[in-house]
Amino acid sequence: MSTLTQPTGTASTPAPEVRTYASYSRPYWQRVVLSREFAVIALLVAVFVYSQSQVDYFDGPQTLYYLFRDTASILLLALPMTAIIVTGEIDLSVASIVGLTSVAFGMLHVDAGMSVTLAAVLAVAIGAVCGAFNGFLVAYVGLPSIAVTIGTLALFRGIGAGLLGTESRTDFPDSWTDLAKERIVEGQPYPMILIPFAVLAVLFALMLHFSSFGRGIYEIGLNDEAAHFTGVDVARTKAVLFVLSGTVAGFVGIYTTLVTGVARAENSTGLELPVIAACLLGGVSIFGGKGALHGVIAGVLLIGVIQRAMLLESFTINIINITIGVLLVLSVMSTSLLALGRRAVAAGRGARDSRRPPSAPASGR
Amino acid sequence: MVEQSRVALELRDVAKSFGAVAALRSGTLVVERGSIHALVGENGAGKSTLVKIVAGVHRRDSGTFRLHGEDVDFASTAESKGSGVAVIYQEPTLFPDLSVTENIFMGRQPRSRFGRIDRGAMHREALELFARLGVEIDPRRPALGLSIADQQIIEIAKAISLDASVLIMDEPTAALSGVEVERLFAVARSLRDEGRALVFISHRFEEVFALCDTVTVMRDGAYVSTDPIAEITVDDIVSRMVGREVADLFPKTPATIGEPVLEVEGLERAGVFHDVSFTVRAGEIVGLAGLVGAGRSEIARAVFGVDGYDAGSVRLAGRPVKPRNPRAAIRSGMAFVPEDRRKQGLVTDGSVARNVAGVIRGGLARAGLLTSAAENRAAGPWAAKLEVKTSALDMHAATMSGGNQQKVVIAKWLATDPTLLIIDEPTRGIDVGTKAEVHRLLSELAGEGLAILMISSELPEVLGMADRVLVVCEGRITADIDRADATPENVMRAATNATSHTAEEVPA
Repeated sequence: MSTLTQPTGTASTPAPEVRTYASYSRPYWQRVVLSREFAVIALLVAVFVYSQSQVDYFDGPQTLYYLFRDTASILLLALPMTAIIVTGEIDLSVASIVGLTSVAFGMLHVDAGMSVTLAAVLAVAIGAVCGAFNGFLVAYVGLPSIAVTIGTLALFRGIGAGLLGTESRTDFPDSWTDLAKERIVEGQPYPMILIPFAVLAVLFALMLHFSSFGRGIYEIGLNDEAAHFTGVDVARTKAVLFVLSGTVAGFVGIYTTLVTGVARAENSTGLELPVIAACLLGGVSIFGGKGALHGVIAGVLLIGVIQRAMLLESFTINIINITIGVLLVLSVMSTSLLALGRRAVAAGRGARDSRRPPSAPASGR
Repeated sequence: MVEQSRVALELRDVAKSFGAVAALRSGTLVVERGSIHALVGENGAGKSTLVKIVAGVHRRDSGTFRLHGEDVDFASTAESKGSGVAVIYQEPTLFPDLSVTENIFMGRQPRSRFGRIDRGAMHREALELFARLGVEIDPRRPALGLSIADQQIIEIAKAISLDASVLIMDEPTAALSGVEVERLFAVARSLRDEGRALVFISHRFEEVFALCDTVTVMRDGAYVSTDPIAEITVDDIVSRMVGREVADLFPKTPATIGEPVLEVEGLERAGVFHDVSFTVRAGEIVGLAGLVGAGRSEIARAVFGVDGYDAGSVRLAGRPVKPRNPRAAIRSGMAFVPEDRRKQGLVTDGSVARNVAGVIRGGLARAGLLTSAAENRAAGPWAAKLEVKTSALDMHAATMSGGNQQKVVIAKWLATDPTLLIIDEPTRGIDVGTKAEVHRLLSELAGEGLAILMISSELPEVLGMADRVLVVCEGRITADIDRADATPENVMRAATNATSHTAEEVPA
């Protein structure tokens, strides 16, 4: 199944025989099953099936509906976050952008009297501007994203609090707040928000996994210098991703406002951590270069299902947090252990390649 | 021969291999106490490997290694330091935020009562050291912002405070100005007069003759000769350094040389290269020769747009190429195989297919979708053309040998159908068999009308492959030699000659 060296007498190359290559070293089922993403999906299915049968009321009509409604923000924010972490950067300011755009949306509609649609468009634009600010500092000024976005985490939240203080805006048309809570099909547990999520998930999957731009994202995460030498515009790629992150956060700001009926600065405080946790659980490497969107989506849902099931079993929130924390640490460890094992195997196989010829850089010869 | 008791450092027939690459086949170096010993050789002759064995960075595979007559075998740099060996590199690595004194005593600070660090004692000792070396550096200032010359002095002070008996300086003068070189030499002479043994590695023959007592020449990882400096001439050293037969190793096929493809005019980057102008024509292989650090790679990077430049212009097929923009360079028809495969040439954690299709993938999308299948289809034939050895296209480049990786990088760029190929160190660190394949390929490509700019530190490769040799010395093109006239001697001379009288222009 590995090497396919077929002598064919083509004259197009200097060699007497033309090598052909198998596309993959492992059969299809192995590539699918022996992946990090598959492990998360399998665990999600297992936990879901267990909860359906063993946890009282889990199969009730409201459970899944609230599960989707409450994790929708995380699902949405995890899409651009995955791409950003794959480049080796991080965006800690997303939840603060949600708060700021929630305030902006509320004030533009209630105080400035704009229509909901216009206020929403402007709020999304504000989110994009916030993302562009992050992107500019990270990609073009070259500052570390963790420092920049810790700063803007406080900054954006602070602006929101400055605008609205401890007040809130709740005067939204019922037609809109109902829309945010409505189900796609009456009697089914799928809320409306899943439609924009599905559209965005497809778009992000195409961008990340089926475009030249997406290949560049992975190359930047694996080796940004080589990406630069290959003609990938490293700075622009990063900047675009931060703008996308801000834009999606703006949309989440509107969704959060409508679904809760309240626009206030504290909305979604601390939400960046579950988003990042879900990305890591879903198989994205914090060092960049590795991860896939379906794993991340499964990761978000896995956390959601565990929380719901344990709540129904009347565990306290502390026990739930401990469980999810342990799961996360285990999952991160499993990646490192797997990588370690693989490296050990590779080192055994190609030990001479991992060492450098006499031109090792330290000497500056 | 040499009286045993006077020998400080003795290496005989030392060998060291990295996998299939023999970096050092038979290194011999005998250094007496109270002498300054020059170690010279081409790039890749094995000098640095020898030094690293003495420093405890590498462990030798075989051979004798004695220090003051006793057999030693260093497993770490700490052991080497503990035995009184100090190595001063071209660019010292100090802690920039710590003071000069703290840098000198790093890790072995004198303690006062209660185990506290005795700053007073440290300061006094640092002052003493500098007085002894005859230099004026404030021991309290931070290392940050010190010139490279001052940093080297601090490394030397560190070595003396450790009472090192053997000091090795690996190209210490490469980044120094004339005055700084004189000061370093004065310090070196005073250390010699104290009875220490010094090894001085340099490409500048004037300095070797001005400073050293004895000179050892290495070539191709092996010892060639050792002579007292008074009994040898520059010409002797040069011929011993390059004395290899160039013939037959390189299958150069004559190609018809066509129109100019790459025209570089007055390219300049402050402190790196100056007034660089040259032309590469279709079907022509132009070799860019010179010593490591002369600015050859920097010129290539600027031409391709990975780095910027301050003045000048680059034109490809008559059209100006935007500066500082690799994408524009690629679009105009340039391909660039960089010096460092692992860091710059390819994504080692990426698959063969994605690496090979890495530049052309934008054109592989169907209906806006780029699939792995399309990448595999595009990459397969190019991997085959280069005879890349891999079991499948999804294998990661990290597991492959250096030669195979180089083939992947070349395949990636040939897939773009370039009109100009810039290739930096085409065969560094790859095995002999693959080397010949790469040479044959370059020759064939030139025959098909590709313009090739080849940078190489291996003189035989340049002389064997190039139609024309441009020699770079300290950021300037100092010679433009035709294939017929190029000899190891005149290239080596052009690569080293400008050193003494342009000392002021060397970037400090």
